[in-house]
Amino acid sequence: MSDERQTMQVDIVCVGFGPSTAGFLHTLNKSINDENGMPVLQSQAVPGMPLQVMCYERADDISFGVSGIVTEAKAIKESLSAEELSQIPMATSVKNEEIFYLLDSTGASRRSGAVKFTDKLLNMMAKDGAYRLPVIPGFLNKHNGMIFSMGQFMQWVGAQIMGAGLIQVWPAMPVDSALIENQSVKGVRLADQGVDKNGKPDAGYMPGMDVQAALTVVGDGPVGPVGQQLNRHFGMPEGNHLRDWAVGMKAVVELPENSALKEGTVIHTLGFPEPEIFGFMYGLPDNKASLGIFVPSWFENPARNVYRYFQHWMQHPKMQVYLKDATLTSWGAKSLQEDGLRGEPLLVGDGFARIGEGSGCTNILSNSGVDEAWKSGVLLAEGVISLLKNNEPFTKENLERAYVGPRRKSWIHTDNIKAKGARDGFQSGFVKGMIGMGTAGISGGKFKYNETVKRPHEGVNSYEEYFKGIITPSDLESIKKEAFSKGTNLYDAIMDKAGWPKIQHDNKLFVSHQDALLLGGKVQANAGYADHVVFTDEAICKACGEKRCVDMCSGQAIIPGENGVPEFDREKCVHCGACLWNCTRANKENPEESNIQFKAGSGGLHSAEN
Amino acid sequence: MAGNNFFSYISSFTKNGELEMSNGYDIVVCGSLVPDPLQTLEPIMGPQGPGLKNEMMLPAVLDPWAGHALYEADHLAKKTEGSRVFLVSIGPKAKLQQLMMAIGQKASFELIVKDGPASGFTDAADTARVLAEAIESIPGLDKSKLLVFGGCASASRDAGVTMQMVGEKLGITDHFLAVDALEISDSGSLKIKERAESGQYLLSECSAPPALIAWATGNLPEPPNNPQIGMANMRKIMPALQQAGPAGIESAGLSFAEVTIPQQKRDTKIEKDMPVDDIAREIVEWIKG
Repeated sequence: MSDERQTMQVDIVCVGFGPSTAGFLHTLNKSINDENGMPVLQSQAVPGMPLQVMCYERADDISFGVSGIVTEAKAIKESLSAEELSQIPMATSVKNEEIFYLLDSTGASRRSGAVKFTDKLLNMMAKDGAYRLPVIPGFLNKHNGMIFSMGQFMQWVGAQIMGAGLIQVWPAMPVDSALIENQSVKGVRLADQGVDKNGKPDAGYMPGMDVQAALTVVGDGPVGPVGQQLNRHFGMPEGNHLRDWAVGMKAVVELPENSALKEGTVIHTLGFPEPEIFGFMYGLPDNKASLGIFVPSWFENPARNVYRYFQHWMQHPKMQVYLKDATLTSWGAKSLQEDGLRGEPLLVGDGFARIGEGSGCTNILSNSGVDEAWKSGVLLAEGVISLLKNNEPFTKENLERAYVGPRRKSWIHTDNIKAKGARDGFQSGFVKGMIGMGTAGISGGKFKYNETVKRPHEGVNSYEEYFKGIITPSDLESIKKEAFSKGTNLYDAIMDKAGWPKIQHDNKLFVSHQDALLLGGKVQANAGYADHVVFTDEAICKACGEKRCVDMCSGQAIIPGENGVPEFDREKCVHCGACLWNCTRANKENPEESNIQFKAGSGGLHSAEN
Repeated sequence: MAGNNFFSYISSFTKNGELEMSNGYDIVVCGSLVPDPLQTLEPIMGPQGPGLKNEMMLPAVLDPWAGHALYEADHLAKKTEGSRVFLVSIGPKAKLQQLMMAIGQKASFELIVKDGPASGFTDAADTARVLAEAIESIPGLDKSKLLVFGGCASASRDAGVTMQMVGEKLGITDHFLAVDALEISDSGSLKIKERAESGQYLLSECSAPPALIAWATGNLPEPPNNPQIGMANMRKIMPALQQAGPAGIESAGLSFAEVTIPQQKRDTKIEKDMPVDDIAREIVEWIKG
């Protein structure tokens, strides 16, 4: 194997194959050739050839997505005909929407006085431990929308894009970084292969190729390494930041026959297992359901293990109405960037454009991101086609005019202006957050709290503070000692002590965390890549008392280390990226970042059903 | 026989009494996709016969045995100037397209596709017939240079006889099954190390192609993804997929009385560097309950 770094010239290189890149490539694909197959968009990189477009995706397949999607599908329906939509597996239309407030069925949920009062009030009208909200606020309504499996949607769109033979989408090929020269992006560098865990050349070393391109389209999601690199290099616009996050853990289950959950039904929950945790369940075709919970960064519990909470949520009497005798068939997790418009980076520069969730297009009021991501890709494609047809280069000015201008006029931007700051109230707690969301939604964004959003590591309680009055300091100390001596996590012992019932595995719906990890598909990373989770300053880790990175890791890939520095096992990592913002210690050089780096890495494919 | 030099062979045979020097091989690998084995696979009886539930939705991987064969073929072709590698696949072409994006970066090959089922519920003889016909149809195929590679087993079609039948239909008489190593001697003969019973090996020498080699695991690691190989492959792979004709596997006269899977209980524990004796002990304890 050659140690020399190879280079390749293309016209457009895309980083990451998510819904925004899919929208971009699907739109571009239709304009490369005319109906007679003659090139309309010519290659500058390879003269005489059609436009050369390449997309690199980190996961082992293009069906990696982790999300049950309920969406108005405004943009997706503009791009795809009704006939095309009908071909997408595991997709259906929204027929019924319900929101349930779940009462505490265990006695272990940590509830404020206001929440306890609400519980008492609603208990009188509750059935199966849940109160059904009489109306669904308009801003949350997905009437006439669609329910998708992200994996199946991406797999189907990917096949349409590649079937024409003009665009190549390469899975299992993580992009290490953007090639930046004189403040201009000139393409990307693919990750080195044949290296040890620290990135040093090892057996079969093959330096990652430099893919030079006139335009680099960055759609690598909220924790993508190239997006992070551009944020660091060019800085975030004044007042913008990446501070509000959530981890979404979801699964697909096979429901028993005659299940109470019908195809097309959308259920949202709040109130349990903790007031800060929200849940969803969507009825898919063929007696399947997509379900999951969201754990936000403003939830102060340092022992916030999402999988354990997910199991308690599924055990709630209301959820059991639908899930009794159900079987878990796949599982996954991902980080959600919840700053909305405040998380918008520089959208364009010389030679690059940002699309998708990492470009700040998610609507945090309507809880909608996939349709917005798709639309951002479509808008960029339309701008790129226009520039190519006019032989105009991909300069910052041209991309501002061709892409950013239309994006500012589109509904993804105008709706996001209304949503901006709608969740600020959660900085002061669940009740204030719900009031803030409600008033922002009903008033069309006119009335909001507009609070300063804390950096994720600033809102962290210690175990002692959070469990004060629930677990004694001496009990906490002995739990910590035992966990550290055994090299295990803390959350199970702490949640047991806090009164949460133990999870009884039934080998169907309730399985061990490691069983869930393997249930979904090929998570394991390919051999020969460096660790993509890196603990920046080991001294900071040694002094850290929480080690929340261990307790929240969605794949149990971060475990306690012998010398106080956690160890990372990349073969278990599902690439949710939650460690990046769950670390409770600030980076010494940049307080907007934590002491954990999330770099380019291989693996993390989830089930295609997800 | 297991010894220090596996290629101090115990049997040798030549064709027409002559040893021939190869100027490159036409290596044809038979292999297709299988559902990712980590998925929950559920066989069902449908109107067209047995199949896997939601088969088209499941992520697919290259059959691991076929993968070994492909990587060995690529390795041999690189060492032997003038060689060509073909991959003959029977499978749903939409799924094969996706699979090609995963393996097309690892090895150079030309693809021949027969659009058909890949669930494993097909007659081995019918599958062998389609594969043999596809191989015969390769333009410019030189049978005097032909090496047919495949897996000695398959994650979906584990009849264990398919490759032999492919060889028979092609008129190839030298079959080597469960092969772990292949070397080309200075004289151009093929030195082959086959698995035999009781952990022993059979070492053979074959003077020249054609030969059929059904691989066990081989010795080569999975190659890294090379974008340039992917780019070069894709120029031929996409047209091959677009031109794929139906496999025409009918399995006439074949009937399945029942398809079931045993009850499963999963209890995953991931351990690294644990002694095998300890693993065995723990599994026994787990089974005992």
